[in-house]
Amino acid sequence: MLRASLRQVSAALKEGQVTPTELCQRCLSLIKSTKLLNAYITVAEETALKQAEESEKRYRRGQPLGILDGIPIAVKDNFNTAGIETTCASNMLKGYIPPYNATVVQKLQDQGAVLLGKTNLDEFAMGSGSTDGVFGPVRNPWSYSRQYKEKSVPKSDSEREEFKWVITGGSSGGSAAAVSSFTCFAALGSDTGGSTRNPAAHCGVVGLKPTYGLISRHGLIPLVNSMDVPGILTRCVDDAAVVLGSLAGHDPKDSTTIQDVFQPFELPSLPDVSKLCIGIPKEYNAPGLSSEILSVWSKAADLFKNAGAKVIEVSLPHTRYSIVCYHVLCTAEVASNMARFDGLEYGHRSDVNKSTESMYAATRREGFNDVVRGRILSGNYFLLKQNYENYFVKAQKVRRLIANDFVKVFGSGVDILLTPTTLKDAVPYMEFIKEDNRTRSTQDDILTQAANMAGLPAINVPTALSERGLPVGLQFIGRSFQEKQLLTVAKWFEKQVKFPMIQLEEVKGA
Amino acid sequence: MWCRQARGSVPRRLAAGGGRALAGPSQGAVSGELLRHLEHLALVDFRDREGVERLRGAIRFADRLREVNTDGVEPMDSVLEDRCLYLREDDVTEGNCTKELLNNAREKVEEYFVAPPGILCCPECDLQLVSHNSLFSVR
Repeated sequence: MLRASLRQVSAALKEGQVTPTELCQRCLSLIKSTKLLNAYITVAEETALKQAEESEKRYRRGQPLGILDGIPIAVKDNFNTAGIETTCASNMLKGYIPPYNATVVQKLQDQGAVLLGKTNLDEFAMGSGSTDGVFGPVRNPWSYSRQYKEKSVPKSDSEREEFKWVITGGSSGGSAAAVSSFTCFAALGSDTGGSTRNPAAHCGVVGLKPTYGLISRHGLIPLVNSMDVPGILTRCVDDAAVVLGSLAGHDPKDSTTIQDVFQPFELPSLPDVSKLCIGIPKEYNAPGLSSEILSVWSKAADLFKNAGAKVIEVSLPHTRYSIVCYHVLCTAEVASNMARFDGLEYGHRSDVNKSTESMYAATRREGFNDVVRGRILSGNYFLLKQNYENYFVKAQKVRRLIANDFVKVFGSGVDILLTPTTLKDAVPYMEFIKEDNRTRSTQDDILTQAANMAGLPAINVPTALSERGLPVGLQFIGRSFQEKQLLTVAKWFEKQVKFPMIQLEEVKGA
Repeated sequence: MWCRQARGSVPRRLAAGGGRALAGPSQGAVSGELLRHLEHLALVDFRDREGVERLRGAIRFADRLREVNTDGVEPMDSVLEDRCLYLREDDVTEGNCTKELLNNAREKVEEYFVAPPGILCCPECDLQLVSHNSLFSVR
C-alpha cells in the first residue's frame, strides 16, 4: 500500500480500502524502521495522527476535502510550520517554533493532507549533498536496495558496509529520501540552484521545480529571493501534477507570485509528443559528465525521435558562466537574508553580553556553520562599494544573458529542452566529503542552476539505473508557466522508460 | 534495459576551456584591513586561515565573470521584471499577536525584547559610548 502512487492511495481512501489513521500509522512505523536514513529531523507523530483522525471523520461523512485528504506528506525543514519546530538544520534555529504556517504548508493542510514531519537538509539549504546540516547527513535509500547491493564488490570487512552508503544529493535530500523510501506520498523541497532536482535524480524520484512566481514563497525561509521556489517531490509525474494543482496560484502574502489565475490540470492518459520540438543544448555535455549518463541522454533523444518529435541540437552559450553568476548573486543575497539572525527576536542567542554588536557576532558565530559563514562573508565582499559594479551588477548582467539564451532558443520553435540532471550517479558519502561544500556545489549544480537563473520550470524524471545499480535521471526544462506541457512530456517519457521500483531491503547499519 | 546502445544523438563534449580570468589585478587584494571591515559588516568572523583562503578562492572564482562581454546589457533584478507585481492596500489586516512574537525570544521584559547595553565597542575612540539598557519594543 505504501508503494502505491498518491492518486492510487487517494482512491483507496475514498473507497474505504484503507483509513487515514491506518495509513498514517503505517507511514510512522516505516519512518521508525528506516531511522538510519536520517531523512526526518522532526516527526510530528501526535499532530499527524490527529490530522488523520479528522480526515477519517470526513471520509466517513462522505465529505473528503479533495484528492489530498488523508495523504501523508513531508515538508523540508526550511518551511515554517506553526507549532512544529523549524530548524533549517542549523544551530541558529534549533528550538525555533514558528507562529505561522508557510502558505504552501497551509494550502496542504487546508486540503486535509497529513503532515508527518520535517525533513533533513543541508544547513539553510546551502549544499548539494544534504550532508552539511547539524543533524547529520541523509543516507540515500538506494544504499540499502537490492539493486545497489548486487552490484557492489563483495566485501570481506563488514565495516565497509558503513562506508559504502551513498548520499542523497541536496539540499532537499531528506524530502527525496522520504519519498523514495515510501514513508510519504509527496514531499516539499526547495529549489534555488537545483536543490529539488539533484536529490530527485540521485534518489530515483520525480522532482519538479516550478516557474518562479507560480508558487508562494511566503514562509519559506529565504536563501536567494530572486531564485528560490518551493519544489515538489513525488514518485510519479501524475502525482506531481496533483500537488502542483493544490499549491500554485497567487498569494497576497507573496508579491512575487503572479496574479494570473492558475488552472489545475490533469495530464492526458496517452500523451503525444510527435508534434513537439525537443532541444538538446550542447553545452550540457559538460566536463565531468559520466559516459553512462551521456549514453542515457542520447538514448532518450532517440526515443523522442522515434516517436516523431523533432529533436535538434541547440546552443545556450552562457551556460558555463551560470555557476559563477550564481556564486556571486547567491552569496550576495545570502549575506542580506542571513542578517536577520541576530538572536534578539528568535533563534539562538549567545550568552555574550558585553554589547549589542558583540552579542550579535557571537550568536552568529555559534549559530552558523562554516558554509553559511563563508557565504555571508563572500557576499559582503561582493557588495562592498568598491566591488558592487564589478561583481554584483556584473553578475546581474550575465544573468540577463543567460536568461536571454533560453528566450532565443524557445523563441526559435523549441518546446522543451532535454538535458542530464547530474554529472554522475550518487557517490559514497566518504568520497563526497573529501571536497568542500563550495567545490561540490560548483560541480553538482552545473546542469540545474541555469533554470533557476532564468526562472524556468524544470523537472527530473528517473530514467535508468547506473552500472552501480543507482538511479540516473534526466531533466526537462520548459517555457515559463507552461507546466502543463512540461509535465505532459515528462509523463510520456516516464511511461517509455519504466524506471524500476526500488527493492528496499532492511535499513540497518553494519 | 531500454537504453543499451547510444547512437550519438547528443552533442560531443566541448573543450573544458574558459577557466582563466583575464589578465589584470584581481579586484581587491584581501588585506588585513579589508578582512576586519568585512567581519565588522557581516558580524561573522573568519575564525582562521581556512576562512580567509575560502574567501580568496571565492573571489578568484567570481573573477571569471570578467570573461563575459556585457557591454550594453542591463542588469537583471528579477525574472518577473516585465510584470506588474501585486501591491496590497496599506491597511492593517492582522496583528495583535504580541504574545506569539515574544514567545521565541530568549530575553524579554514585559513587551520588550532586551539587548545588551551599547551598540559599539570602540576602544580606539576618545569618545566613550555610554548608554542604558537598550530596549526594542514590539508593536
